[in-house]
Amino acid sequence: MIHFVLLISRQGKVRLTKWYSPYSQKERTKVIRELSGVILARGPKLCNFVEWRGFKVVYKRYASLYFCMCIDQDDNELEILEIIHHYVEILDRYFGSVCELDLIFNFHKAYYILDELLIAGELQEPSKKTVARLIAAQDSLVETAKEQASSISNIIAQATK
Amino acid sequence: MSGPSLMDSLFQRTLEDLIKGLRQQLIGEQAFISKALEEIRKEIKSTDLSTKSTALLKLSYLSSLHFHDMAFASFHALEVLSSPRFSHKKIAYHAISLSFHDSTPVLLLITNHLRKDLTSTNEFEVSLSLQCLSRIANVDLARDLTPEIFTLLSSNKLYVRKRAVAVVLRVFEKYPDSVRVCFKRLVENLENYDPQILSAVVGVFCELACKDPRSYLPLAPEFYKILVDSKNNWVLIKVLKILAKLAPLEPRLAKRVVEPVCDHMRRTGAKSLLFECVRTVVTSLSEYDSAVRLAVGKVREFLVDEDPNLKYLGLQALSIVAPKHLWAVSENKEVVIKSLSDADPNIKIESLHLVMAMVSEHNVAEISRVLVNYALKADPEFCNEILNSILSTCSRNLYEIIVDFDWYVSLLGEMSRIPHCQKGEEIENQLIDIGLRVKEVRPELVRVARDLLIDPALLGNPFLHRVLSAAAWASGEYVEFSRNPLELMEALLQPRTSLLPPSIRAIYIQSAFKVLVFCLHTYLMQRESTTSSACPDNLPSGVSASVSYESFDGLSVENGGDAAVTHSLTSTSASMTDESIVNLLNLVEIALGPLLGSHDVEVQGRARNVLGFVDMTKLDLLNPSAQEDKGLERKGVEAYKTIELMHDAFSEELGPVSLTAQGKVPLPDGLMLKENLGDLEMICGDIELPSSNSFSFGSPYEEKVGVSFSNLQIKEDFEQSNESTSLLAEHRKRHGLYYLPSGKSEIISNDYPPANDPTSQGNVNDNSDDLAKLTEESLFPKKKPNHAKPRPVVVKLDEVDEKPIAMKKPEAKDDSLSGAVRDILLGSEDVIPTSSRSNLSGKPSSKRRGKEKQDTDPHVESKENLVDDGNPSSRRRKHHSHGKERRHKSPRKKNAEEREDNGQKEKEKSSHRHGRHKSRRRADELLNVSPQTPVIPDFLL
Repeated sequence: MIHFVLLISRQGKVRLTKWYSPYSQKERTKVIRELSGVILARGPKLCNFVEWRGFKVVYKRYASLYFCMCIDQDDNELEILEIIHHYVEILDRYFGSVCELDLIFNFHKAYYILDELLIAGELQEPSKKTVARLIAAQDSLVETAKEQASSISNIIAQATK
Repeated sequence: MSGPSLMDSLFQRTLEDLIKGLRQQLIGEQAFISKALEEIRKEIKSTDLSTKSTALLKLSYLSSLHFHDMAFASFHALEVLSSPRFSHKKIAYHAISLSFHDSTPVLLLITNHLRKDLTSTNEFEVSLSLQCLSRIANVDLARDLTPEIFTLLSSNKLYVRKRAVAVVLRVFEKYPDSVRVCFKRLVENLENYDPQILSAVVGVFCELACKDPRSYLPLAPEFYKILVDSKNNWVLIKVLKILAKLAPLEPRLAKRVVEPVCDHMRRTGAKSLLFECVRTVVTSLSEYDSAVRLAVGKVREFLVDEDPNLKYLGLQALSIVAPKHLWAVSENKEVVIKSLSDADPNIKIESLHLVMAMVSEHNVAEISRVLVNYALKADPEFCNEILNSILSTCSRNLYEIIVDFDWYVSLLGEMSRIPHCQKGEEIENQLIDIGLRVKEVRPELVRVARDLLIDPALLGNPFLHRVLSAAAWASGEYVEFSRNPLELMEALLQPRTSLLPPSIRAIYIQSAFKVLVFCLHTYLMQRESTTSSACPDNLPSGVSASVSYESFDGLSVENGGDAAVTHSLTSTSASMTDESIVNLLNLVEIALGPLLGSHDVEVQGRARNVLGFVDMTKLDLLNPSAQEDKGLERKGVEAYKTIELMHDAFSEELGPVSLTAQGKVPLPDGLMLKENLGDLEMICGDIELPSSNSFSFGSPYEEKVGVSFSNLQIKEDFEQSNESTSLLAEHRKRHGLYYLPSGKSEIISNDYPPANDPTSQGNVNDNSDDLAKLTEESLFPKKKPNHAKPRPVVVKLDEVDEKPIAMKKPEAKDDSLSGAVRDILLGSEDVIPTSSRSNLSGKPSSKRRGKEKQDTDPHVESKENLVDDGNPSSRRRKHHSHGKERRHKSPRKKNAEEREDNGQKEKEKSSHRHGRHKSRRRADELLNVSPQTPVIPDFLL
C-alpha cells in the first residue's frame, strides 16, 4: 500500500502531503526533511526509486514539482509511477495544463482529487474520465452551497438574525 | 453577537488571502503564520459555520504544509462536520482525516456523525465519511460502524461500494471480529464483473494476504480465475502479488499458475505487469525452469534498456533469483559489472550485491581484486559500500570462503590503505579475530601489521586508527614471528603516535611492552648461550631459579623449552647486541617519558609500567659491573627472572572466547559485589591468592624492588579482573580482545584449583588445543575445531559462533485478524497448516478438530445469525456434512451426519465445477466449502 504522498517543489517547499499511515506531526516534518534531502539531490537521469527506512519511495519530477509516494518493499514500483502519472494527468485535465501555482492556490482541490484516486493507500479509480466527472459533480454541489451562502439575502438574514 | 459575527464573515481572510499573504512575505513567514493562527483561533470559535469552516480550511492548510499543530481545533472540526452543507462537510472531513489520531479525545463524539453520513442518500457524503473512516478508524469506531459498512458492501451504487470495500481493510485491521460479519460480502464482491469493484477487492485481499497468506489459500480458485480472465493490468498486478504469496504454500497451485503467468509475460506490453510477472516467477515459482528462463530473458531486456528504472528493477530481480539460480547472474555478468560504474548510486549498489552473490571460494580473490580497484576510483560513499560488502562476504560464516588467509590478511591491509576507507572498526575486528582463530596466518599478520605501523602517514587518518590499534596489538601479541622486533619497536614508539586517541595509544604502549620483553628475553637467551662457558655460575642459578618456580606449575617446563625454540628461530634474523638493547631501552625511555604526565589514566598507567620495568632491567642487566661482579649477580638473576616471568605471561596464547563464557563461570563462594571497593579487597584476596602465588613463589627475593614491582603489577591485573565479574564482562565487551589474557586466566582461575593455574599451562604450540580443552572442560561441553584439509584451521566456538547463523525461525504469527479470517473460511485455525503440508490422508483428523471446534463455538454462529437472513441451521448442517466428506477416512465417523454424506458430496462437487451459475449461492457455498482445502486442487487440476 501507499504510506504517504508528498509533493515537493524543487526548492524544497512542500506543496501537498497526504498520510495513509499514522505519523505524528513531528515524524511528518522529519520524514519530509529527510526525503526532500535525498530526492532533490538526485540527478535527472537516475532511476526513480529510493530505498528509505525499509520502504521504497517512488518519485517523479514534473516541471518544478516532485511527486513522491512511499510504498512497501514488495509493491510494484512501475505501477506507482503509473499512478503518479495518472494523478498528474487528472490534475492537468482539471486545471487545464496544471502548474505549480494552481496547486498552491487550490491545495484543497488537489487533495480532493487525490482522494478520488486513492483511498486507504490503494488505487481506487483507474479511469480518468470518471474521476473528472466525480470531481465536477462535487464541485457543483459546493458551488450551489456557496452561492446560497454568499447571496445578499442570506447575509441580510444572518445580520438580522 | 450577530454584529461581530457578520463582520467576521465579511472581512475574514479566505484561504486564498492567506496563501497570497504567505507568498508576499511582507512581514516574514513565521510572523505571518503566527498572526494568521491567531486570527484562526478567534474565527474558529465563531457561531457562523461559514466563518468556522473557512478558518478550519486555513488551519488545515497551515497544518499540512507548514506543520502547525491543529489539535486544538478538533472539537471545532466536529462542529463543522455537523453542518448540513456539503462544502462544510468536505472541509471538516479533510481536517479530521488530517489531524485526528487514535488518542484524539473527541474521537468518541464522531461516531454518530459518521454513522449519519454513512447512511446518507448523497453518495458523496457517504464517500467522504468512508474516506475519513479509512484514516481515523480505531477499535471503537470500527466496531460501532461495522453494520453500516456491511450494508454498504452491497450498495447498488458502485461508487460507494468500491469505497466501502477499500475501507473494510482498515476495519478488519482494527476490529478483527468484523471479519465474521463482513467477510462473506467481501468475497461476494470478488465475483463482481465491474473492474472498479474488482480492483478494490483484489487490493484488499492483496494487503490481507501479505500479512498472513495461509488464511486465504481457500480463495485460490477465485484468484486463479481472475488471473486468467481479467484484462485489467491494475487488477492483474494485485492478483499476481496475492498468488506469489500463496504459491509457495501450495505446490499444486504453483503448478497451475505458472502457465498463465508465463502467458501474461509473453503477451503484455505493459512494463509494470511484465515486471510483476517476472517478480512472481523469481520469488515464488523458481522451481519451474522454463518459467525462470523466460523471466531471466525478460530481465535481460530490462538490463540493456536505456531506462534506468528498468535497469534497476532488472538488477533487483536478478538479486532475488541469485540464491537459487546463480546462472542467471553469471549469464548477465558483463552488464552487472558494467553497472558498477553507473551514474546512479542505487544501480551501483544493486550491482555490487549481485557481484557479491557470485563470490565463491574459487573466485573470491579475483572478484575482490576487481572490487578493490573499483573502490580506489569510486566516490567515498560507494567505496565504503564496496569495502563493507567485501568484508561481510568474506567473514561470513567464519571466513567460510577464504582458503588462503595470507592473501586475505594482506587484502585487509591493502583495504585499510584505500584513501576513503572508513571501515576501520570492521577491519580491526577481523584482523584480531583471524589472528586468534587461524594460527597459520600469524606470521603474515605480523608482516601486514608491521607495514601498517611503520608508515607514519597512516597515523594522520583518524579512520585508520582502529586498524592501527589492531596492527599494534597483533605485532605485540605475535612478536615472535617478527623479523625485526627492534624496527617494530621504533614503529610503535614513533613521535606521530601522539596523533592517536589515548585508548589506542595505550594499546601501542602495551604492545611496545610486549615487544620489549620479547627482545630482552631473546637477548638474555643469547647471552646465556654465549656466556654459559664464561660464567658457569650464572646459568645454573638462573635455571634453578626458574625451576624453582616451575615446580609450582608443572607445565612451564614446556614453556621454557618452547621459548628456547622461538629464540633459536628468531635469533638468526634479529640478533640482539648489547648496543641494540641499550638503544632499545633508551628509546623506550625517551618515547614514554613524557607520557608519565598524560591525562589519560590508561596511557599514564601503562607508560609507568613499562618505564618501571625498563628502569629495573637497565640497572640490573646492563650495568657492566653487574655482569662481572658476582656480588651483584643476584640482581642479574633477579632481572632475568622478571623478564622470564613477563615473557611467560605474554606468550600465553590467546584464543577466541565465547560471548557467554563469563556467564558460565559460577560465582565464587563468598563473592559479594559491594559498592565500597575497600571491602572487596578482603574478598578478592581469597581468590587472588593462588594465581599470585604461582608468580611470587618462584622468586626467593620477593622483597626486591624489581620483583615486587612486577608482582605488584600482576597483582593489580588480577585485582582488577577479580573485582567484579560483571564489571569485567562489561569491560571485555567494550574492549574486546585486548583483555583476553587477564580475562582468560581469570575465568579459569576462578574455576580451577591453584594447581592447575592456566597461566602456566600456556604453551605456544599446543595452546589452541589446550585452550580448546580448557574451554571444553570448563565452558563448553562440546567444542571441535574445524579441521578442513585444504585451509588452515579456524578455531570455532560452537555456541557463540553459530548463534548468528542459526536464524530464529519466524514463528507463525497468529494475530487476531488472521484468526478471525480462518474462523470464517475454515472454521478452525489449525486446519490450513496441516492440510497444505500433508496429503489427503493426513487431513481427516485436523478437519475433524476444526469442525469440533466450531461446533463448540456458539459465538460464531450467533454472530452469523445476526447478519445472515438465510437459514443458518441449514448452512451449518451443510457445513457439517462437508467436513464429514473430508473425514471419510477417519475411523471415528458420526452416524448422525453420515446419512447426508452422499448427496451432499455430489452437490458440493457440482457446485464447484459449475460454480458460475449462481454467484450468490456460490459465495455461500464458498464460505462453507472452503474448509476443505483439498477441494482446491479438484478445481484447479
